[in-house]
Amino acid sequence: MTLTSLAQATYLIAAVLFVLSLAGLAKEETARRGNILGMVGMGLALAATVVLSLDQSERPVLVTALLIALVFAIGAAVGTWRARTVEMTQMPELIAMLHSFVGAAAVLVGFNSHLTEEADAVHQIEVFLGVLIGAVTLTGSIVAYLKLSARMKSRPLTLPGRNLLNLGALVASAGLLAWYLASGSIVPLLIMTVIALALGFHLVAAIGGGDMPVVVSMLNSYSGWAAAAAGLMLSNDLLIVTGALVGSSGAILSYLMCKAMNRSFMSVILGGFGTEGGTASSTGEQGEHREVHPPEVADLLATASSVVIVPGYGMAVAKAQYPVADLVAHLRHHGVEVRFGVHPVAGRLPGHMNVLLAEAKVPYDIVLEMDEINEDLPETDVVLVIGANDVVNPSAMEDPGSPLAGMPVLEVWKARQCIVFKRSMATGYAGVQNPLFFRDSSAMLFGDAKNQVEAILTELRSREGVGA
Amino acid sequence: MRIGVPTETRPGERLVAASPASVAQLITLGYEVAVERGAGVHAAFLDAQYEAAGATLVDAATAWGADVVTCVNAPSAEQIAHLTPDAALVSLVAPQSSPELLENLKDRGVTALALDAVPRISRAQSIDVLSTLSNVAGYRAVIEAAEQYGGMFTGQVTAAGKTAPATVFVIGAGVAGLAAIGAASSLGAQVRAFDVRPEVAEQIGSMGGQFVHAPEAQQAVSADGYAKPLTQEQQDAAMRVYAAEAAKADVIVTTALVRGTAPTTITAEVVAGMRPGSVVVDLAASGGGNCELTVPGETVVSDNGVTVIGYTDLTSRMPRHTSTLFGTNIVHLMELLTPGKDGTLVLDLEDPVQRGMTVARAGEIMWPPPPVAVSAAPAAPTGPTPEELAEKARLAQEHAVAKAKRRNLLYGGGAIAALVLLSFADSATVQHLTVLSLAVIVGFYVISNVKHSLHTPLMAQTNAISGIILVGALLQIGSADALVSTLAFVAAAVASINIFGGFLVTYRMLGMFRKDA
Repeated sequence: MTLTSLAQATYLIAAVLFVLSLAGLAKEETARRGNILGMVGMGLALAATVVLSLDQSERPVLVTALLIALVFAIGAAVGTWRARTVEMTQMPELIAMLHSFVGAAAVLVGFNSHLTEEADAVHQIEVFLGVLIGAVTLTGSIVAYLKLSARMKSRPLTLPGRNLLNLGALVASAGLLAWYLASGSIVPLLIMTVIALALGFHLVAAIGGGDMPVVVSMLNSYSGWAAAAAGLMLSNDLLIVTGALVGSSGAILSYLMCKAMNRSFMSVILGGFGTEGGTASSTGEQGEHREVHPPEVADLLATASSVVIVPGYGMAVAKAQYPVADLVAHLRHHGVEVRFGVHPVAGRLPGHMNVLLAEAKVPYDIVLEMDEINEDLPETDVVLVIGANDVVNPSAMEDPGSPLAGMPVLEVWKARQCIVFKRSMATGYAGVQNPLFFRDSSAMLFGDAKNQVEAILTELRSREGVGA
Repeated sequence: MRIGVPTETRPGERLVAASPASVAQLITLGYEVAVERGAGVHAAFLDAQYEAAGATLVDAATAWGADVVTCVNAPSAEQIAHLTPDAALVSLVAPQSSPELLENLKDRGVTALALDAVPRISRAQSIDVLSTLSNVAGYRAVIEAAEQYGGMFTGQVTAAGKTAPATVFVIGAGVAGLAAIGAASSLGAQVRAFDVRPEVAEQIGSMGGQFVHAPEAQQAVSADGYAKPLTQEQQDAAMRVYAAEAAKADVIVTTALVRGTAPTTITAEVVAGMRPGSVVVDLAASGGGNCELTVPGETVVSDNGVTVIGYTDLTSRMPRHTSTLFGTNIVHLMELLTPGKDGTLVLDLEDPVQRGMTVARAGEIMWPPPPVAVSAAPAAPTGPTPEELAEKARLAQEHAVAKAKRRNLLYGGGAIAALVLLSFADSATVQHLTVLSLAVIVGFYVISNVKHSLHTPLMAQTNAISGIILVGALLQIGSADALVSTLAFVAAAVASINIFGGFLVTYRMLGMFRKDA
């Protein structure tokens, strides 16, 4: 038994633990255990690697050990700090940032592998692919991070002939691969890296803010493939397995998100659709809307027996999840059946709303998915739509000419009364007017969602005071 | 135009076709309203209240002589003689069982609108008087039963011992049955209910009752919202259900009326099998009764001490609310018939609701109307003929076959290309690719099981795990080459941020998910 074979055995155990970890995440009940299993697997893998690395060190062992210790110190300090301080509303940004790290690491590992190992064709292809995917992930994630944190306009960047540009970048990379295989020089690798970085930037810059759930999932997938490519070039099965797990995870999430928007993956990736809302669409207003104020909404809620809340990105922006949770607690205490209906693409990350509501201590068993709640909506007294727009747009089902046509939506207009919390009458990110606002059963509550929910809650509580 | 509201003359009738509130609403539609003196006195509506609402008080002949006459019960021959020939009559008519009345109305030349012939479509719900009356009757049936039943409906545990809750069995979950279920369960009884239409199970549950499943006795969805007559086998099976449930019940409310006729649900034998002190309320008494012992209009007690209530005037026993609701139905009807809100009645025979209600007009009998399908029923397919459909299906199939062919070619080509490429690679690489392919498949199945609500933690966790690339960097860090070592160090540092950050943030998020305590 050599040290290497011991490390290999440990890697196998770690790989199994990673699979179990992701399996555990399937349900809330087992998710915590899944998380811990992942940590244990990572701990084992790293311990084995450190031992192996020290054993193979070409320098004094102490220096290598010191460097490794420093790496962990940096990682632990920065990682722990970010994980503790991040606001749940900023989760998409954090995740995008972490993706860029994997991309960066993949690029660097790829170059090192080029520098240190024998040049045979298969290995060269692996290095080339690893660097390519890593570089695209790196800049793509940085752009996604900037867009999500509003440091960059979320409007899609539409260069003329942008699809040709992307195609050209790929063709050029293929040419560079041939050159690289023939010469074994580092120059084509460097040129390709620059092109790939530009490609990653351009790919994500061309996608609008509303399509970010797909982009983030896609980058998640890329970061996995980057790790898998690194595993191939280093002949490390653990990296391959882990990369493949992460890669397929991201791919499935992207697919689910696209399905929830009824759009093909290619149309999202090729960009240009997610124009930012803010202006009334060309179809203009479609009738009269009715405005209500918090006391009237409080009246409605006080007499309702079933309430469904549909949260959207606007709730995250206004950080309204805490007052919403208080409102829910108050209503439930008074015997009102309150549930949440979450659309798969609500927010900027798959499952974003669930995390926000969990943060505000809303029990997860009253947070339902679109398919679970839709059939109950006609029996619902009041629906509160908080900061959601396109996911409750009836024209997705009724108007075949609408850009949203065919997208599954929450059928809130079937409820007896629907209150829409909105800042103004502007359209959603799809730029489509929402006929829901003009239905007889709908009413608009304008203003900051957080303030308005608090006002409703104050109103309800003051009545209770009078009643008691 | 003037609307006349005469006093009801049927013996024991306490209802009136308009309340002071509905009079005020009729006036806003542009009508004058003439109410016969004392018309509402049994429903606790005084003449002064009608006057205050804007009505004029008149005698019977004047009320019957108005342009539009609304009353609850069908008029007698004598009353029809008082109608002016171009007048409109709005009342219950029971057109299917009173041909003589239709003849009289035809001979008089009036326009007769039957309130009990409103088609059962969503739009007409607000004028559906039968629903109004059934609702009240169902409620009252439970109240009558509670009076006769020698116990409390709700179960109690007291210092003096405990009483079991009453078991109420409701037959027929129409409007009356559902109202009875709601009333009985709000009094605290255990309610079980049966209907031959299995689709009403959910409605029964929503009113607090428990649906009795008996598939062999239940039929499919009916196109017009009414129950159909049963086949003999279904009939026998249903009778067995009734007998079994009756033996356990303290109170039975039976509401089975199939288009005005009352099938027998509770035979004398079933009554004999019930516990003494039990009560049967027969809401179908007017149609002859569902129970063999029912005497319409009376309460009888069987030999074994079971009380059978056959009142036909349950709605009259709650005159105030029934009249209020009835009056509102009339207002909704008049809104439909007065499109100009100018006090002029306009009958539109193209409208299925108005056509359905019109049983006589200008000397002609208009009953029965052409059938109307309920709005919920799917529209009959029109347009493509079977041949066109077959052609379409054939084309679609050809297309699918061609597509499958292309796909198979593509996959086959891909597989061969991969085979050729791989045969050039060394065995170690092939092994690694094997691992990669298997891991992708495992990943696909594992991830497909993850609940949507956990997708954000999933991404954070996969993020942390993809920090495994640190392994590669760590192995390079000990290189003698300073450049390699530096690059490896940077790579390792960012990857380790990923690991720590990803795992911890996942841990933090998962801690927030909590189940309802």
